[in-house]
Amino acid sequence: MSAWQFLQQNWPELFRLIREHLELVLLSTGIAVIIGIPTGVLLTRNKKLQSPVLGVANVMQTIPSLALFGFLIPLPFIGGIGQRTAVVALVLYALLPIIRNTVTGILGVEPTIREAAVAMGMTDRQILAQVELPLAMSVILTGVRVATVIAVGVTTIAAAVGAGGLGVYIFRGLRQYDNNLLLAGAVSAALMALAMDFSLGVFEQYFSVSARRKPRISLFQKLAVVFIALALIAVVALSWQEPGNNSASTSTQRIVVGSKDFTESILLGEIVAQMLESRGQQVERQFELGGNLPHEALVSGRIDIYPEYTGTSYTAIFHHQPISDPRAVYEQLKKDYSELGVDVSPPLGFENTFAILIRGADARRFGLHTISEAVPQARKWRAGFGQDFMTRADGYPGLAKAYGLEFAERPREMDLSLTYIALASGKVDLIAGNSTEGRIASLDLFQLADDKHYFPPYEAVYLVRNDTLQRTQALNEVLNKLAGTISTEDMRVLNYEVDGNKRNPRDVVRQWIQQKKI
Amino acid sequence: MSETDKRPLVEFRNVSYSVQSAPTPIIDDLNLTIHQAETLVLLGESGCGKTTTLKLVNRLLLPTRGSVLVDGKATTDWDPIRLRRQTGYVIQEGGLFPHFTVAENISLIPRLEGWEPPRIKSRLQELLSLVGLNAEQFGPRYPNELSGGQRQRVGVARALAAEPPLLLLDEPFGALDPLTRADLQREFAALAKRLAKTVLFVTHDVREALLLGTRIGLMKHGRLLTLETPATFLSSTEPHVRSYLDTLGLPRLSEPPGGAK
Repeated sequence: MSAWQFLQQNWPELFRLIREHLELVLLSTGIAVIIGIPTGVLLTRNKKLQSPVLGVANVMQTIPSLALFGFLIPLPFIGGIGQRTAVVALVLYALLPIIRNTVTGILGVEPTIREAAVAMGMTDRQILAQVELPLAMSVILTGVRVATVIAVGVTTIAAAVGAGGLGVYIFRGLRQYDNNLLLAGAVSAALMALAMDFSLGVFEQYFSVSARRKPRISLFQKLAVVFIALALIAVVALSWQEPGNNSASTSTQRIVVGSKDFTESILLGEIVAQMLESRGQQVERQFELGGNLPHEALVSGRIDIYPEYTGTSYTAIFHHQPISDPRAVYEQLKKDYSELGVDVSPPLGFENTFAILIRGADARRFGLHTISEAVPQARKWRAGFGQDFMTRADGYPGLAKAYGLEFAERPREMDLSLTYIALASGKVDLIAGNSTEGRIASLDLFQLADDKHYFPPYEAVYLVRNDTLQRTQALNEVLNKLAGTISTEDMRVLNYEVDGNKRNPRDVVRQWIQQKKI
Repeated sequence: MSETDKRPLVEFRNVSYSVQSAPTPIIDDLNLTIHQAETLVLLGESGCGKTTTLKLVNRLLLPTRGSVLVDGKATTDWDPIRLRRQTGYVIQEGGLFPHFTVAENISLIPRLEGWEPPRIKSRLQELLSLVGLNAEQFGPRYPNELSGGQRQRVGVARALAAEPPLLLLDEPFGALDPLTRADLQREFAALAKRLAKTVLFVTHDVREALLLGTRIGLMKHGRLLTLETPATFLSSTEPHVRSYLDTLGLPRLSEPPGGAK
């Protein structure tokens, strides 16, 4: 698909994401200004507070954004998933440059000028409002400008907590290896950052003291700022025309369906969502939640249901040692989850286990079928694994021990969806993918058999909050219908329709439900 | 406030000022009286405490011992804002606010004092012509569009704005070129005389002290060495005064009586 076709088809969604992005940036920077400037002023009046407060703000800035979002999820009131959490995190990031520049700007006012103001009999408040703040304004505005540009960047990460924005396209593009999505998200965010930087720069120049008298704002700058403003207004205005994507209903009966941030999970979320909708149930989608967020969100009641794999819960959430009996795993999970007020649905019918993958060409050349057979070759290979696989109990450390696996160098940690491409293009020689991945066939990859049965069973199930299950008859019905209905082959096809053929998950699921007549 | 020229407006009574970081006091037991409508010049090298003396008057600093009386009331008993609004203050380069126009700089205190706009406007005209600047031409300019001498004139106008009886000037003409400085000194001398202001003027320039002062106080190490009229100052036999005059290479306007070499 050409970039032009992509834009023609997707502009309503793109514009909505730009609007969401813009809303998050403006809201959070606005709040940060309201908090940050008075805080900065206070710090110039109370020097003792200066280093502790600036220290805390500094530390905030060093927390990786995804981690900060993660910390906020379980917190009451400010936490959760969605825009509110994102705004809290963004404000925390934006505070430091604003506070620091307010302090620097005010303390940077020439002492003789401040002294003249005092000697003239101005009160502290008058000095602040009429001398210090105006003279510090351009430095403060630089801080606001830096904060805004940072916010545009960090907001792309906010998509991981379901806050929307252009990060949705970037994450989706990475996952589906779709350059159009990736570019649409990244280029839009970059342009937004440049536009903000430029506009605030002009504003800042207007306030600079050395450019007083005739603030030298050129015609070009004026026109550019007007153009940027009009472009943003147009995008925002057009974005409201997108038909009913975000149903604004706030009914308490609404079910919030979550999903993890990879295609298969989104498809499974979409299946439940559409089946509920066809039974007249209102649904809100909170898809593409990163890392541990779906679990946290489910337990804290921010979502009602999400798809999970038994082996993942068993080892990664409840920290049991991996075992290979599917029934035992399932029964144990039922027990563990019931303590959290969560029920485990009947298995959906397919397993998505880790698949140790190599290039088909290598498999044929060396005649490899199992992981054990590949161990001698692996000493010359490089491996690439998703971050998840590197650390989890049923991941790489255990695998290496079980098979005596060693590589030429320490395995690279990269985004899971990129590992397929890295393998196919020869950047790495072995990866741990998903057995239902649609691209295994399309990229001519080969799955080595787990001959020592290292990986625990990963049956797909839905995790549902008990209270939701009790009040919603339709949900019971849907989960019973789905039990044992989705085969591994079904899942591979569904995955490939989205990842390989770049189709919209909604359409793919709608078609599949019609075919299956469920 | 002006009934008789001999009424004291500012009095230093056994004033000392010291800071923790310095072993010796910056002002050491200073006694000094400044009378109505006189221009008292404090002369001395940098670090002698003359600027500190100035700042003790408008309560930018408070004495660590003794008391400074302004209009009969100790500075510690004054509301600092009221005290400072009645005290014009001029520093080197004028200390003008760079983000205000000349007009805004000058009318700041009248505005804070709540004057009516028409009164502020006529006062502005009056002050600018008093310091020799054209109101229409200079009112809307910003300080960085003025020459050093013009800035200093604006600084003086600003200090006079709210009609304070007392003016404090801290080396106001120090950074100017010699010709401009001479002009401003002459004009200021005439102005102070005409307006009958009480002036405390700090400088390290003996020529300036002699030109402007009705009395000259020589300070060294936080102490007042002599306090004389210009005529007696010039003919003083006090060794510090003499060496001060000698090191500056000032032409001797009159020989000390009977001391011809």
